[in-house]
Amino acid sequence: MSAPPRAQELGMMSCHVCRLVTAYSEDPHAHCPRCHSALHVRKQGSIARSWALLLAAAMFYIPANVFPIMRTQSLSSKDDNTILSGIFELWRAGSPGLAVIVFTASIVVPMLKFIIMTVLLVSVQRSSGLVSKQRARLYRFVELIGYWSMLDVFVVAILSALVHFQILSRVEPLPGVVYFGVVVVLTMLSAMSFDPRLIWDNRKSQ
Amino acid sequence: MRRLRGFAIIGGQATVALNRRDGMHHAQNLIICEHCDSVYQKRKLLRGQVADCTVCGAVLERHQWIGVDGQFALIVASLIVFVIANVSPIVTLKLSGMAEDTTLWGAVIAMWNDGAQIVAVLTALTLFFFPLSQLMIFAWVLWFARDGRRAPGFAEAMTALVRVKPWSMIEVFMLGTLVAVVKAHTYFDVVPGAGIWAFGFLTVLITVFSSHDARHLWDVTGDAKA
Repeated sequence: MSAPPRAQELGMMSCHVCRLVTAYSEDPHAHCPRCHSALHVRKQGSIARSWALLLAAAMFYIPANVFPIMRTQSLSSKDDNTILSGIFELWRAGSPGLAVIVFTASIVVPMLKFIIMTVLLVSVQRSSGLVSKQRARLYRFVELIGYWSMLDVFVVAILSALVHFQILSRVEPLPGVVYFGVVVVLTMLSAMSFDPRLIWDNRKSQ
Repeated sequence: MRRLRGFAIIGGQATVALNRRDGMHHAQNLIICEHCDSVYQKRKLLRGQVADCTVCGAVLERHQWIGVDGQFALIVASLIVFVIANVSPIVTLKLSGMAEDTTLWGAVIAMWNDGAQIVAVLTALTLFFFPLSQLMIFAWVLWFARDGRRAPGFAEAMTALVRVKPWSMIEVFMLGTLVAVVKAHTYFDVVPGAGIWAFGFLTVLITVFSSHDARHLWDVTGDAKA
């Protein structure tokens, strides 16, 4: 089966916001005739913006893991938990199933996002035509898992609101959780800045 | 769910489609894959059908199985559940005769007071303001769409919906609450409150609702000026 034509070759473009198909326009300030959003063939500065946000996220990821994210205080003890130690504790005392979920959301998902975004950006910059379909799938995967890393941030928020038994017991958020929240937002922004159409831009038309 | 391949078109047809509407230069019978820029002829989908892009495999379009009235009803239900979810306590903890409970706003305030203001703002935005504005804007445009009309500020509203969508995180909060409950359960008695059920129900409603592409409303409503 022959591949369908691409919008660029046919002199068409589509609005990101409302999906209306319009005639191609060179004008960088073109607007969609239907919803008035800015029209552009490819997201502007996609690669640079995506890289910048990704690198910033990777830098914030270090303090997010090194600094503790919450303090559990009781009469006898004071316990500072990092993301990893929280997972271990959940494994030992709570349920291993949830420990796996938290591990996936807070460690596996961000790491996967870093790796996948790097692979996508590098391959697009080298204009590799290899396994485009798989890379397109990777991109959709990154978009899909994007916000699940907020899981641990919400856990800390709920626990610090709940556990307030004066001197007996108390849970407080620590700076690690702030860095972690920032990492999630930055990786989401990085994925959004990436234009998946770049993956296909050197596809040969048939 | 039945998967359909998109309908490929040839160059000539597309040019015709674009030129037929003199001067306007846009085509409503075409759809362009957002992920790889392939052009397809739109086709009518049957219940349960999903059109996939043959090139990159992204979803082009889904069959809209709930009508505008149904969507409006879903949104009204979600708004009611949203109010319940936000005013009722999520969980109550008990420890030697003392009890402590919290709502979503309790969590936001606790984070703010304990020096994690960025997280407090992030939580308030992703769990309250974004979902709420999503629901209210939807209710607004759907109210008018029931008569095939475009609401005042339709274009702005539809743009806002697309922009806000990725930042609404109710589903994640649901799972987060579950983890928090299990963590707390080791030391305290945990009693689930009405809020947690409301959030659970809200998650279901939102999941059903988000299988619908809001941008479909552009096609089912007429332009007031035209």
